[in-house]
Amino acid sequence: MALSQERLGRYNPKKPMENRITDLGPRHFWQYFPPVIQKNYGKWKYHEILEPGVLVHVSETGDKVFTVRCGGCRFMTAENIREICEIADKYCDGYVRFTTRNNIEFMVDSPEKLEALKKDLQSRKHVSGSYKFPIGGTGAGLTNIVHTQGYIHCHTPATDASSMVKAILDELFDYFQSMTLPAQVRISMACCLNMCGAVHCSDIALLGYHRKPPVIDHEILSDVCEIPLVIAACPTAAISPTKLPDGKKSVKIKQERCMFCGNCYTMCMALPLADKEGDGVTILAGGKISNRITPPKFSKVVVPWLPNNFPRYPEVVRDVKKILEAYAKDARKYERIGDWAERIGWEKFFEKCDLPFTEHLIDDYRLQYDTYRTSTLFKYTEPAWEVSKAAGGL
Amino acid sequence: MFEPKEPQKKLKYDELRIYTDEELNNYTEEELKEFKIKYDIPDVEELEKGPWPSFVADAKREALHRRKLPDDRLLIGKYVVEDTLGQLQLSFEHGEGHWKHGGIVGVFGYGGGVIGRYSDCPEKFPDIAHFHTLRVNQPASKFYDTDYLRTLCDLWEFRGSGMFNMHGSTGDIIFLGTITEQLEPIFFELTHVLQQDLGGSGSNLRTPSCCVGKARCEWSCIDTQDLCYELTTYYQDELHRPAFPYKFKFKFDGCPNGCVASIARADMSFIGTWRDDIIIDQEAVQAYINGEIEPNGGAHKGRDWGKFDIYKEVINLCPTRCMWMEDGKLMIDNKECNRCMHCINVMPRALWPGKDTGVSILFGAKAPILEGAQMSVLTVPFMKCEPPYDNIKELIEKVWDWWMEEGKNRERLGELIQRFGLPKFLEVLELPAFPQVVKEPRSNPYIFWKEEDVPGGWQRDINDFRSRHKR
Ligand code: HEM
Ligand code: HEM
Ligand code: HEM
Ligand code: HEM
Ligand code: SF4
Ligand code: SF4
Ligand code: SF4
Ligand code: SF4
Repeated sequence: MALSQERLGRYNPKKPMENRITDLGPRHFWQYFPPVIQKNYGKWKYHEILEPGVLVHVSETGDKVFTVRCGGCRFMTAENIREICEIADKYCDGYVRFTTRNNIEFMVDSPEKLEALKKDLQSRKHVSGSYKFPIGGTGAGLTNIVHTQGYIHCHTPATDASSMVKAILDELFDYFQSMTLPAQVRISMACCLNMCGAVHCSDIALLGYHRKPPVIDHEILSDVCEIPLVIAACPTAAISPTKLPDGKKSVKIKQERCMFCGNCYTMCMALPLADKEGDGVTILAGGKISNRITPPKFSKVVVPWLPNNFPRYPEVVRDVKKILEAYAKDARKYERIGDWAERIGWEKFFEKCDLPFTEHLIDDYRLQYDTYRTSTLFKYTEPAWEVSKAAGGL
Repeated sequence: MFEPKEPQKKLKYDELRIYTDEELNNYTEEELKEFKIKYDIPDVEELEKGPWPSFVADAKREALHRRKLPDDRLLIGKYVVEDTLGQLQLSFEHGEGHWKHGGIVGVFGYGGGVIGRYSDCPEKFPDIAHFHTLRVNQPASKFYDTDYLRTLCDLWEFRGSGMFNMHGSTGDIIFLGTITEQLEPIFFELTHVLQQDLGGSGSNLRTPSCCVGKARCEWSCIDTQDLCYELTTYYQDELHRPAFPYKFKFKFDGCPNGCVASIARADMSFIGTWRDDIIIDQEAVQAYINGEIEPNGGAHKGRDWGKFDIYKEVINLCPTRCMWMEDGKLMIDNKECNRCMHCINVMPRALWPGKDTGVSILFGAKAPILEGAQMSVLTVPFMKCEPPYDNIKELIEKVWDWWMEEGKNRERLGELIQRFGLPKFLEVLELPAFPQVVKEPRSNPYIFWKEEDVPGGWQRDINDFRSRHKR
């Protein structure tokens, strides 16, 4: 049964329910496992990273599977997927896999095929010069950055995603292709507070953030939005009902209460937040997911806001690099960024990363007290002396 | 070894394809170098430079490919890719995006799987005036064969933009951008020809996802793909027809390393674990000590960290300090181990998770909207995890019943648990309290005692009290 080439295909708009099939779920995974994976399912004994981006998994049957992990853009076209297929057909008996972090994995079952595959992958470049399938993203290095839609497809972003990821990975490319860090580093990016990508537990998280309260489109608000829902949507109760001079219903906003979450805009298109000067990027650091040695942790805000300097975001790239380089230099083997910051103390984190600490980084939302230091256990850094001076203690 | 619920035909691209080889190879590298899209996009084109794969360079070849296809070989605008890049340039210039807020579109009978999207400058970019997204439910762990992928490409190039996300944040294959008219035809082609369904969006079960698991990871304690597939197919109704207060996510990690980040991203997080002893190959431990095998699977090869020191790198980093050396052997006091995976990660050729495996189940992770972000709370320490997973389904349904009964509109499970308190949640699940559910006991004694907890109840007589105490 070939794909239809009729305009409406198999669908008959006059009888929309005719021949409708529903609730099939996904295709079954087993058919897409290469033979070596099927044969050794559940029998893997150990793995080794042979070089950055190249893994071998060894089975108790003695079989081996060699995996080449390549960085990919999560935004990709049919042309790119067809090129992936061409490679998979040539070397991997027509199988390929994608990882959670948008990497592409090609698997082969012999060292000879591995060498040929690697050579081929390394040789493929776009006409403008960038690699199509850079090998890396394993072990104590930097892997691909997971991200959300940004200006490519979403209506609420406070920054763009694909371009920021490209800018950062261009600059940190060597870390993707090497394993010189104390432990793995996961960077994630979400273009607004909705955080479709759940970036808040990453070693470094980049987050688009608005800084201007919504601007109210009074003319249409009551026609297109449910006012009680809009009011209920606001976590800080900043929104209340109002009547316009002409008697029309609308809302008013206590601007000083707004935390710029955009929740009202989600409920109501008449309350846009986006703004060229207002919007920018927040950097969070020190989160992790793995239970290894220490429990999973949330990322903490370490840079309150940086401008959206399209298309290369030099300020964001600079600060990410500062964090990564200070960490690479100072952390102990196996220590994640968050473990390192906790060992040395966050005051030292700011000192070593050369990042300013501002009042924006002190929590004043709910549960704020949990983050306050209620002990005399601290280390002296320059800002502490400033305080001593300001308090008249020096 | 594992079977689909309904038999699935093997898809053969050559039998299904739309485009001929000539149509697929319709431009040369030279043409691509010379190619200019119809807009001036200097900031976007800047992103073609640099070593990391350029999505712009990729988009341009799709744009050229579409340009050179005959008009009747595409059912939506030829310039859809060019318009997307043009609008991106405009967004950079304005520092504000140009997609309109939502729009209710979908396929008949489903409440999710399609996200409506319209450009707010359609006169400038007519081919993306309508630009709806479909979420296509990925096979568990995202292994593919090329017949399937090529068929998707033909379908989506013909009826849509040819632009994808591989994959969206929840795990779906995302088809980026088509017109309303093509939504039903695409759905019919997917279900009839590819035996493939859409994923979830809206207030329903979202598309579940899992780690690579036993397919290629020696640490997986559960069949992550099978569990993911089973629960996805078993709960199709919940996935397609929104009946929940808000979204609900399952994610499946094979072990506490957490490669799909279930603990941070899922309302119900499944994390493989074991309850017997860590398996030790003492010879291999010696080989590590002697420097014959690189620690951590070679993950630290890029730098000279000095000779491997089992005390410094394993025994003293063990968070529970439950390991020691005795007569040249590595000993583990397994009842003290909290299964953090560190020692196993460092010595993959010497140590393995035990064989008596199951899952730990945690509930309630969510994003900061509204009350602040939460990670999942350990609720069931260990549960056997074998087909048909009836014990797990029973637990799921208890949770959903409660959440659907008590949850407010747009209240995630984690928020509901906070509102009612964890003790209430345990009560709903008919589970006794246990110390593992907290990091530490409460430090205030403000216990909400219930009347039935107290002998004699709360109904007292003031006169009786006064008979002993004068006013
Ligand atoms: C100490 C902690 C960790 C260790 C030792 C570890 C180890 C591994 C290993 C050995 C693999 C390869 C599995 C395979 O594909 O054969 C892997 C894959 C992966 N890991 Fe981890 N991991 C850790 C933490 C994390 C974290 C925190 C994340 C994400 C936040 C993560 C995300 C991934 C992803 C996306 C893959 C690709 C495999 C997939 O898609 O299933 N890992 N990890
Ligand atoms: C400004 C800071 C933050 C933003 C914008 C943000 C945003 C998000 C978003 C959009 C999600 C997706 C959540 C969902 O599925 O509903 C998310 C998930 C999550 N975030 Fe954050 N987050 C932030 C900070 C934090 C912090 C500080 C924590 C912890 C203290 C945290 C913990 C979580 C957790 C546990 C999830 C679960 C993900 C999920 O629900 O799937 N986040 N975050
Ligand atoms: C109030 C909270 C949220 C709102 C209003 C929201 C809104 C949206 C919108 C409008 C889109 C469509 C983007 C597009 O045009 O393609 C989207 C996509 C998506 N959202 Fe959310 N979202 C929220 C929270 C979350 C959270 C917490 C998660 C997951 C942890 C999440 C996961 C996703 C995923 C996976 C997509 C698919 C697009 C992608 O992969 O980037 N969303 N969301
Ligand atoms: C949450 C439960 C607590 C309750 C109900 C409580 C109650 C009390 C009461 C009634 C007194 C006054 C006794 C008197 O002089 O008549 C007192 C004194 C005191 N409490 Fe607490 N307390 C609590 C927690 C704490 C905690 C957590 C701390 C310290 C970390 C603390 C430190 C003190 C101190 C220092 C005194 C004064 C003792 C003195 O004057 O010598 N209390 N508390
Ligand atoms: S994070 Fe925000 S802007 Fe980005 S895709 Fe999700 S909802 Fe849209
Ligand atoms: S952006 Fe958030 S805090 Fe500000 S008014 Fe809207 S809902 Fe309230
Ligand atoms: S979560 Fe555990 S079992 Fe799954 S791929 Fe990661 S390390 Fe392997
Ligand atoms: S798994 Fe973790 S807690 Fe258990 S012995 Fe190993 S290092 Fe110690």
